[in-house]
Amino acid sequence: MKILVPVKRVVDYNVKVRLKSDGSGVELANVKMSMNPFDEIAVEEALRLKEAGKATEVIAVSIGPAQASETLRTALAMGADRGILVKTDGVVEPLAVAKILKGVVGEEAPGLVILGKQAIDDDCNQTGQMLAALLGWPQATFASKVVVEDGGALVTREIDGGLQTLKLNGPAIVTTDLRLNEPRYASLPNIMKAKKKPIAEKTPADYGVDVAPRLEVLKTAEPAGRKAGVKVGSVAELVAKLKDEAGVI
Amino acid sequence: MAVLLIAEHDNSALNGVTAKALTAAAAMGAPVHVLVAGQNAKGVAEAAAKLSGVEKVLLADDALYAHRLAEPLAALLVSLAGSYDAIVGPSTASAKNVLPRVAALLDVMQVSDIIKVVAPDTFERPIYAGNAIQTVKSNDAKKVVTVRTASFAATPEGGSAAIESVGAASDPALSTFVEESIAASDRPELTAAKIIVSGGRAVGSREKFAELIEPLADALGAAVGASRAAVDAGYAPNDWQVGQTGKVVAPELYVALGISGAIQHLAGMKDSKVIVAVNKDEEAPIFQVADYGLVGDINTVIPELKAEIAKVKG
Repeated sequence: MKILVPVKRVVDYNVKVRLKSDGSGVELANVKMSMNPFDEIAVEEALRLKEAGKATEVIAVSIGPAQASETLRTALAMGADRGILVKTDGVVEPLAVAKILKGVVGEEAPGLVILGKQAIDDDCNQTGQMLAALLGWPQATFASKVVVEDGGALVTREIDGGLQTLKLNGPAIVTTDLRLNEPRYASLPNIMKAKKKPIAEKTPADYGVDVAPRLEVLKTAEPAGRKAGVKVGSVAELVAKLKDEAGVI
Repeated sequence: MAVLLIAEHDNSALNGVTAKALTAAAAMGAPVHVLVAGQNAKGVAEAAAKLSGVEKVLLADDALYAHRLAEPLAALLVSLAGSYDAIVGPSTASAKNVLPRVAALLDVMQVSDIIKVVAPDTFERPIYAGNAIQTVKSNDAKKVVTVRTASFAATPEGGSAAIESVGAASDPALSTFVEESIAASDRPELTAAKIIVSGGRAVGSREKFAELIEPLADALGAAVGASRAAVDAGYAPNDWQVGQTGKVVAPELYVALGISGAIQHLAGMKDSKVIVAVNKDEEAPIFQVADYGLVGDINTVIPELKAEIAKVKG
């Protein structure tokens, strides 16, 4: 069984983003970019399944600008076998990403696609569910445990209030939550080896997908600010302020 | 046409986030119908019918929807979608699971996690963990929208809508429910609580979390939250996590104990009305958003705090 893992190049999670002065979006020039953290968890899970003998090949795919090949190299350095770069300019929304991934799935015929539950840039939390819909496959989002068994997968999901376990029949979509695993760091020899692994280049047109956005961004603005308040000297003072000044207890 | 709102529930009770999402749905300017999909969920439909401004409640009562698995629920929503301009749900684990599936089946780009309805086709939503707010206009014929419920007030009761039964849609038979473990608790739910007491990595252990954080929460009648660091370390269960990728909350009072205040955590609580932070590091970023900060060791501060609160509550 092949496993397909889509990975997205995003602003590093440690970077505090700045807005462009014209309100058109977030400043991406000269900002550190990394693989979306949830996608690292997805790569790790795919590699563990391969190491456990449940999968034969792990294919990483990224949809984005030429520099997304760096994100693919990271996945290859972690241990993925090969990469596919679907080159695009500008924003590609989750619906278009899902359509492109459907095309990739058609060519590669994986038994499992593991995706991050959300990207930390647009915070959409949509692509995995949309891909499952377009393929007519079962989905298990927000996974904290994945067991691959004959003809399907047993997936435990983080839901409101606790955990839920589902059995998925046949090829399936899984999206990762934080507690699924702790991704490995790529070792130096593996980073060197990754440079020789193949990355195929494609375009959305190869899959017949129109990536024109459906959502028109009218404005990007700073959130309403919150000012630091006061430091209190004692617990008694704190409780008095909460009672008399704020009136919340 | 109308707006279809998905009710959040557990088959026995209507979850309070539904009334908040209803406020957003009603702001889209069309009559709102509420869909209750579940098993033996008539009581939930009756509760939804009482919410002010609901025109009609659709009840799909079938074993197929007992656990609201994405595939059958999406099939049901798609079968109903023809009569609606918009399909709306609260940003709960359940609706976040199913709505993008519905959107893709309808060839619609979903608008996730809206915090404001600007116009029936235009919404504000946070990106980058709430560090920027984007205003987006949907050019799709139908809208599929999830609502960040912390940003909307609850619609009060005061209606008496008719309840109409709808038949089950066909079963895609792609997945089966195996089991569920839901923690039973007498405490209020995180997303509905007026007060939240939250612990971070500095708490130190699961035992200390139970010994320090939880009794203080109970003294205040509060829900318990946790930072990602505390959840990752196993001090608290995952559904207590507040932050960009956990729950987003906006209580009257948020008490952050031993939480340093990473931007991902702030994303989940900075809309709280009053924020209290206790941390022994006076440079901790949490103090930049706190209305009241106390520099100190939570091990000594929390018992004092509990005693002092008991005094004022008398």
